[in-house]
Amino acid sequence: MKAILRNPTTSIGALFCILIFVGAILAPWISPYDPLDQNIIDRLQPPSAEYWLGTDIYGRDVLSRILWGARISLVVSVAAITVAVVIGGAIGMVSAYIGGRFDLFVMQVMDVLLSFPSLILGLIVVALLGPDLINLIVAIALTAIAPFARIARAPVLSLKERAFVEAGRALGFSHARVLFVHIMPNILSEVLVMASLWMATAVRTEASLSFIGLGVKPPTATWGGMMRDGFEAILDAPWLSVFPGIAILMLVLGLNMVGDGLRDATDPKLSGS
Amino acid sequence: MIFYVIRRLLAAVPTLLAVLTLVFVLVRIVPGDPAIAILGDRATPVAVAALRAKLGVDQPIWSQYVDFLGKSLTGDFGRSMVTDRPILADVAAVLPHTIDLTLAAMVIGVALGIPLGVMAALYRNRAADIAARMLSLLGLSFPVFVSGIFMLLAFALHWRIFPVIGNANLADPLDRLTKLVLPALTLGIVMAAYITRVTRSAMLQVLGEDYMRTARAKGVPWRRAVWRHGLRNAGLPVVTVVGLYFGILIGNSVLTEIVFSRPGLGKIIVGALNQRDYTMLQGLMVIYCFLIVVVNLLTDLTYGLIDPRVKQA
Repeated sequence: MKAILRNPTTSIGALFCILIFVGAILAPWISPYDPLDQNIIDRLQPPSAEYWLGTDIYGRDVLSRILWGARISLVVSVAAITVAVVIGGAIGMVSAYIGGRFDLFVMQVMDVLLSFPSLILGLIVVALLGPDLINLIVAIALTAIAPFARIARAPVLSLKERAFVEAGRALGFSHARVLFVHIMPNILSEVLVMASLWMATAVRTEASLSFIGLGVKPPTATWGGMMRDGFEAILDAPWLSVFPGIAILMLVLGLNMVGDGLRDATDPKLSGS
Repeated sequence: MIFYVIRRLLAAVPTLLAVLTLVFVLVRIVPGDPAIAILGDRATPVAVAALRAKLGVDQPIWSQYVDFLGKSLTGDFGRSMVTDRPILADVAAVLPHTIDLTLAAMVIGVALGIPLGVMAALYRNRAADIAARMLSLLGLSFPVFVSGIFMLLAFALHWRIFPVIGNANLADPLDRLTKLVLPALTLGIVMAAYITRVTRSAMLQVLGEDYMRTARAKGVPWRRAVWRHGLRNAGLPVVTVVGLYFGILIGNSVLTEIVFSRPGLGKIIVGALNQRDYTMLQGLMVIYCFLIVVVNLLTDLTYGLIDPRVKQA
């Protein structure tokens, strides 16, 4: 842990992430205004002492909306990546453990899923199922299952040949117990590092879908949706698109920096690659 | 080489079939009847039945599947449910814009990414390396619609160097180029960021190899050794990434087209999504799949060109 934090990139990244996590958790208490409260008299106010980051076309406070929007971004990406890690990880591990033709077939299916542009896949799934929080999570999880299956599969291929697996079987443990109790802990760190990097992608995908108009429905504040509103008023109020943009960038960059740092720490060979 | 090409072509067939199957399944898991979705729930049963027959959804599922496969493979992507125009014609009309954008982004990505990556590897852990790594991390963290809007704010609205609207007149090369710069940069930066990372790590591995030392020992100048011997061997992973990120490029081009109001495949797909034009969506997905299979094929063939050993494998 110390080694991880000694790397300046990782600590800056962690700082960005913590800032946004804390902001999201404390949003109901620290946001200066209600994120949905319209105040027509104060619409399109530039940043000021009263409204730190200005107001949008309905006079809603941008800072409050960014804080509340962080909740959507984090809930969607954490849930989607958790689903993808569990399902993708299980597929990859079982596939590698069984091996043979089954493994070939499963991986072929995963490759097909992988060859689909993830944003397009997400776009279509959300459009078909309808834009809401759960479908958004399903769509983003679907785009990340195949990579996690690949990541979990590779180490299991060699681990299953090791003596401790044979020993476990000889002791009469079931395949499931050997796979999930004895083999799984060995691949956990690799999968978790990947999860932190994929979190960044999930945040980006969620924001992109909201920007296209396929995110959680307005008036709920989402970063992508705020960018969209800002983009439509770009001539009158550039701050409307600048501040949510910075928020998205901070979170994605932070997650990428932490992910890189974790990877360097778990695999010194790859340092900085 | 001929055999290698044929083998790769044959290997692409099952992938193509699998991807087409996925498209077929995806479009059919839509809850509800597409005919009712188009006509609304107040439509008369007669009208619904007529439309179902027209769309072919009254057929058994396997016959729909065979029909879909046959038509896709012969290049018949059907007609839009909303406008009734052939999908291929709509796509062909905007394809030059999308090709312009994608190719320009690729060129920018390679032209920036490879030198940056090589430099970073040569000056490992020094200022140039750290700068290159920070830049690439930043580049791949920017969602394209954010960087696109930032560019629009800076170069089109503040300094007014480039136009805001990207709807280029294809017959006018200058117009086509000026309207391409910002969107291509937006997309190209992401590409460059990925390529920098991969080039750097591939070069780092290669620089430690024996043949690099041999090349130096027999008197090949360092610069030549790096660019000729080193980069050629580092080329495989770089080509892999360029091919792999083509998918990301396509996804990102949708966002770029929205931000810069450019016509293109992305604009069509978003329009089809908003109008619930399922036949259009299905046709577009099939076209995307073809594009991706073709790019994968090209990637494989490039392997063969860069590394003769691949052809034997």
